[in-house]
Amino acid sequence: MNRIIPIAFHTFKEAVRDKVLYNLIIFALLMFGCAILFSSISVGIEEIIVIDLGLSSISVFGLIMAIFIGIGLVSKEIERRTIFHILSKPVRRFEFIIGKYLGLVFTLFVNTIIMTVGFYIALFYQTRRLDAGDLAPLATIYFILLQLAIVVALAIFFSCISTPIMTAVFTFCVFVIGHLLSEMRWLGEATHSAVVKKVTAVLYYLLPNLSDFDFITRTAHGEKISGALILSDSLYALLYVTVLISASILIFEEREFR
Amino acid sequence: MLAIETTNLTKDYPVGFWRKRPKRVLEGLSIQVEKGEVFGLLGPNGAGKSTTLKILLHLVFPSSGTARILGKELHDVSAHERIGFLPENPYFYDNLTAEEFLNYAGALFSLPAAERRSRTGRLLEQVGLTGSRNLQVRKFSKGMVQRLGIAQALINDPELVFLDEPMSGLDPLGRREVRDLILGLKEQGKTVFFSTHILSDAEMLCDRVAILNLGRMQGCGELKEMLAMGIASTEIVIESPRQELLDELKSYGGDSVRTGDRVRVEIPKESDVPAVLGRILQAGARIVSVNPVKISLEDYFLAQVAKDSRESGGKESRAQLTGGR
Repeated sequence: MNRIIPIAFHTFKEAVRDKVLYNLIIFALLMFGCAILFSSISVGIEEIIVIDLGLSSISVFGLIMAIFIGIGLVSKEIERRTIFHILSKPVRRFEFIIGKYLGLVFTLFVNTIIMTVGFYIALFYQTRRLDAGDLAPLATIYFILLQLAIVVALAIFFSCISTPIMTAVFTFCVFVIGHLLSEMRWLGEATHSAVVKKVTAVLYYLLPNLSDFDFITRTAHGEKISGALILSDSLYALLYVTVLISASILIFEEREFR
Repeated sequence: MLAIETTNLTKDYPVGFWRKRPKRVLEGLSIQVEKGEVFGLLGPNGAGKSTTLKILLHLVFPSSGTARILGKELHDVSAHERIGFLPENPYFYDNLTAEEFLNYAGALFSLPAAERRSRTGRLLEQVGLTGSRNLQVRKFSKGMVQRLGIAQALINDPELVFLDEPMSGLDPLGRREVRDLILGLKEQGKTVFFSTHILSDAEMLCDRVAILNLGRMQGCGELKEMLAMGIASTEIVIESPRQELLDELKSYGGDSVRTGDRVRVEIPKESDVPAVLGRILQAGARIVSVNPVKISLEDYFLAQVAKDSRESGGKESRAQLTGGR
């Protein structure tokens, strides 16, 4: 078990030295600048625009980082054969997967903190004040992090069974479908086709319901997030990640590295 | 206790897109490697050398047969605490410096930070990379990467070191350095198991070798015994012999080559040598030297591999056999 921390730390170190990461952070910070710009040409909804655009930037760029770095986690190690170096050491395969996962989640956590600081600077610039009420977006950012934790687990799962490009495609598709699951279920219920009903029901329960983690617009309009919702969504994310990582470990245990 | 023991180790890989069928890449490999010896696994490309190493390191799983490393089953990765491995054409993390990489390798063995620091410094010095300790691996030459690979294989002071084609892609100086490193490991009492298709390296380093071709073992044994198995011919150098004498020696099948006033005569049959020497002395010629010409590892290797290739329908080209020289 004590190999998980070095692997996680190494993953973090590799990720923070990746130029892609810095480019994405710069783009995210530029988006906050855009949020200020758009709010300055709006009347009466300046704060809403800064919060909406700012949180959306954190979400979108976090997702891009999760996919870009997540796909390389396992598949690049296999492709470049650095996996030989790791697995020839007394590292158990589950330690490798968990270490990689935690390393990337930690990387995304640190990046989200940086973007959160940028977001609050933009908010302060716009409103010229920050008070206790402005802490509400933090809960939304926490939900974004939960979403990213699921996306990283998806990326790890797909990279155990697929190539880097297909991993990116699959992960992105599940992310998009995950945000449309509620609509999909409504469609299934509204239709008369039994097949469509079944398919949408299976997808609804099988894929992660990411729209349940999306509170950006509601937060921008001042809606509060309850503690019960935070708890239930946290448990849901934890369960989903546990299932995905366990499945990844099972697949990885059987995998051969030629 | 043996360092490595394999019994009928066999590996099939599935090939084909729709209808997968097994392709045998290793068949019934049984070898025993004693502790403290340098053991070479020789064979042309595609012989099954890397597959054998990967099976022993639990990177691929055997289709049948068993193997033990340092007395432990292959799936027991606790044996990896005591082994080191250099993969073929190693590739390490571009963004890390040599020092950071070795530190990471040490952390995977749960070595304390102070121990990691001291071993890193010592190993970087041993492989001649002290001056490049803070350089990112992406800026390393191939030889430097290979040396760093050897350093990481030794970070845990292993009892058993696996080296997959350690001289591959190195210039003559680099090969010499790696050879010296392997000899140094032998002096320290470590077991070295390495695969190569560069026969001169094996001849220089190995106590014992196994020869693989098309997944099957063609021979295994002590190098000196293998090479002493036959004397190819006896070379006699004579000074200023008369032409009549040389014509007479032709009846023994001896080809002669003249260099200045010296003539080198090669006598194929060892049993003819006393008679030939007697005749030369009788003719009043001066004998400069008499040398038995032993079978080189390359000759032995080529003979074994060619024999097997003939039996298997000549799939392997002869040109492939001594690649890398």
